[in-house]
Amino acid sequence: MSTEQEVGETPVGETPIIEIAGLSKHYGSVTAVDDVDLTIRRGEFFALLGPSGCGKTTLLRMLAGLELPTAGTIRIDGQDMSAVPANRRPVNMVFQSYAVFPHMTVRDNVAYGLKVDGVPRQEAYRRAEEALELVKLGGYGPRRPDQLSGGQRQRVALARALVKRPKVLLLDEPLSALDAKLREQMRFELVNLQESVGITFVVVTHDQDEALSMASRIAVMDHGRVQQTAPPAELYEFPRTKFVADFIGSVNLIEGTVEASDDGLVRLSAPALQVPVEIEQASGLPAGSTGWLALRPEKVDISREPPDDAGRNTVAGTVEEITYLGDVSIFHVRLTADQPLIKVTIANLDRVTRRPFTWGDRVHLSWAPTCGVVLAQ
Amino acid sequence: MATPIGPLDYTRRLWVRLTLLVVFVFLYAPIATLIAFSFNDSRRNIVWNGFTLKYYEKALGNEGLIEAFANSLTIAVLSTLVSIVLGALVAVLLWRFRFPGKAGYEGVVALPIVIPEICMGVAMLAFFSRIGWPSDMVWPFNLSAIIIAHVSFSFPFVAVVVRARLEGFNRELAEAAQDLGATEWQVFRDVMIPFLRPGLVAGGMLAFTLSLDDFVITFFTSGPNTVTFPVKVYSMVRFSVTPEVNAASTVLIVVTVVMTAAALWMQHRAGMKAEEAAG
Amino acid sequence: MESWRRNPLVFWVTGLPPTAWLLLFFLVPLALVWVLSFAELRGVVEMEVTGTFANYVRALDPLYLQIFGKSFVFAGLTTLVSLVFGFPVALAIVFAPRRWRAVLLLLVILPFWTNLLIRTYALIAVLRTRGFVNFTLEWFWEKANAVLSLLGLGSFQLLGERFEPLELLYNNTAVVIGLVYVHLPFMVLPLYASLEKLDRSLIEAALDLGASQFRAFATVVVPLALPGIISGAILVFIPALGSFLTPDLLGGTDSQMIANVIERQFKSANDWPFGSALSFLLMYLTFGALALRALYTRRTAGQGRA
Repeated sequence: MSTEQEVGETPVGETPIIEIAGLSKHYGSVTAVDDVDLTIRRGEFFALLGPSGCGKTTLLRMLAGLELPTAGTIRIDGQDMSAVPANRRPVNMVFQSYAVFPHMTVRDNVAYGLKVDGVPRQEAYRRAEEALELVKLGGYGPRRPDQLSGGQRQRVALARALVKRPKVLLLDEPLSALDAKLREQMRFELVNLQESVGITFVVVTHDQDEALSMASRIAVMDHGRVQQTAPPAELYEFPRTKFVADFIGSVNLIEGTVEASDDGLVRLSAPALQVPVEIEQASGLPAGSTGWLALRPEKVDISREPPDDAGRNTVAGTVEEITYLGDVSIFHVRLTADQPLIKVTIANLDRVTRRPFTWGDRVHLSWAPTCGVVLAQ
Repeated sequence: MATPIGPLDYTRRLWVRLTLLVVFVFLYAPIATLIAFSFNDSRRNIVWNGFTLKYYEKALGNEGLIEAFANSLTIAVLSTLVSIVLGALVAVLLWRFRFPGKAGYEGVVALPIVIPEICMGVAMLAFFSRIGWPSDMVWPFNLSAIIIAHVSFSFPFVAVVVRARLEGFNRELAEAAQDLGATEWQVFRDVMIPFLRPGLVAGGMLAFTLSLDDFVITFFTSGPNTVTFPVKVYSMVRFSVTPEVNAASTVLIVVTVVMTAAALWMQHRAGMKAEEAAG
Repeated sequence: MESWRRNPLVFWVTGLPPTAWLLLFFLVPLALVWVLSFAELRGVVEMEVTGTFANYVRALDPLYLQIFGKSFVFAGLTTLVSLVFGFPVALAIVFAPRRWRAVLLLLVILPFWTNLLIRTYALIAVLRTRGFVNFTLEWFWEKANAVLSLLGLGSFQLLGERFEPLELLYNNTAVVIGLVYVHLPFMVLPLYASLEKLDRSLIEAALDLGASQFRAFATVVVPLALPGIISGAILVFIPALGSFLTPDLLGGTDSQMIANVIERQFKSANDWPFGSALSFLLMYLTFGALALRALYTRRTAGQGRA
């Protein structure tokens, strides 16, 4: 295995392994994937994130050659895939249902891809056993799939794909069929596995926690289009669209009008806020245009008295709802009548009986200009 | 924009489409020709000589054919009624009760479905001639031997269909009726029968078609005065292919296709109702 | 499910009529035939049950063994041809767009609802010497000849002096064609049922792992559709083996099957004991085929549990 590991020796994130240009897929009048351009770099753990029906699985299946694009091109390692059928592509897939062949033993499942490539039986079985050890299923070779748990079957599917040393490993909702505990554990294992084999992983998921915790970069998709491609932290802190801001984590979206925008400072007035607020951000918006303030609930501070720091954006309101979630509580604060409530998350540092605020309290909300972003769309 | 053929779009592959075409032509061309040439104004059946209904008139004027047709329908109706009753009883028996030798009993009930028609035919022939079953009774009792034979091979089919329906029966419905004071008979009449109705109709349709379709077993149980439509057609076909037989066959095809369509439509409607009730 | 003892009255009222019918009008006739198979002829129609095995021994005569063999070959060929054509049809239906699926299925089932005799008769009209197939072939022959004449090759008579119609009827080929015609739907339906249940991602996984379409088909689709293939084969093979009408109407003098011999013993040769013995041999063969399938089902079910 070590002799073929040139993929792993290439530095991560330097050269592209997958280049997607103008890719579209229509089913009759339905558009599943709409003019997508995307570059995935060698050796990275890439996630395609989005709600169900956003086209992420279709995109993944087009990479595998299981769906053929209506328009656009896919290059894998510089080679155009248009005329390459699924069985000749240098990628392998872990299916959502795992698709472990029920009529073959675990060993025959893992060796299948090698055997169809003409690898002699003994050699295929030896490498299958190595792959099984890699996914911690050493010695499971003679078992039949119906004797395995769901988690074990997934490992078989992983081993079966990895044993072929693909240039890219595709994973379709790999954790969705596992229970919560196992899911958490598998996240770590997948990341470790990816680091140890050095193969590019492309994972499709609808679970933002999964994407944020595993991926080095994430593409957020909606309605067949890629909304934003960025590392997890950038995606969370600097969403480019309302959809991304709303889809990842919890957010207050406040509609307003841009009053001024210069020197990396955007000034926004909104009916929901009593006073105009100022946000530091590099990309300016034209004055007079509509903008949305995206403000994360945990970045807002709540206090009885207005904060001393005049540099902070400060508004006043009344606590209307409190949702207790154990580790945190969410305060829903009314700033102006007939306008949406603002959510504020406060860590429950003390016992809940000693909550500092309660229903109907007058409070002040404040946040630094470096918190939140103003979005144009 | 033409969608490219994906790896699993087997239906769009040429070889699959060609096979589909060949198979459907093979299945339908003979029947289509038969129907078309029943309207052809030529005895030779090969070249289209113009439209005519004269072979239908001829078939209608053929008393033997008409009598055979009437016999077939009578046998089908009567044997279907008996088959529904017997089939439903067997289905309920097997669904409801545990009893010693049940597996063997089930096997015996399935036997008429699996044994070759010819074996059943000769068994009926041997039986009726051995016990001296009278063959000179008045209509419709002269058909009794054929009707009995038809019931024997069709009620197990009814039982299969009704039992499939029973699998979906919620036993709590029967228990609720009993809890409200209904007797065994009232539960059966008021709860089971209404639930089973679609199954009884489907089973009845199947029995009717099987009876109308049967040639081999009837061939061995019919006498010179109890000719059914298939037996009559058989004797005519043995001599030659005539447009008259084409016409008579077309009538039977239309009858069965209409009946099938009606049965499917009723099942569909029952399914829709069930969905409405569930949703 | 309750024990019959809890409610004996209902049990007997439900069970007695069908059981009595089955006994009197099915099992007794069968038993009669079984008894007759051990009888000897005395005179033209008189028989005496002597417990002789002579009728069964007679069935081993090369003449009848050959007919049994022929019946097996016909039924086997029918099964094979039905499988070869039925598989792509079932595959096409399973992978057809949803709204097409029901229509295609109905088209496969519909002929099953038309009278067997009429279908066989329709086949005769198409296959006979002056039938439709030959008529079509003759038309092509004439057109081809016309083209040849136009090319100035008319005088060479490359296609023969006159059209020779194909002898499509009253031979073994006609019997197999007829049997396939009648039994094809029985093959398609179980194949459809088992392919329908097949998880598509298994085929995709095979392709994804580098298998060619053919290899994926042979190593994944066929093994997983095996229960359907076996059901279909049994559903075609058993009735084909006992066919009477098809060889009778479409076959020649040397394409008789077991059922035709049995019919002759009862209807014209008046040798009921021998006919009875043949009937039971045919039935035993049928049960043998069913037992093979049961054995297979039990083995695979056992594997599933192990």
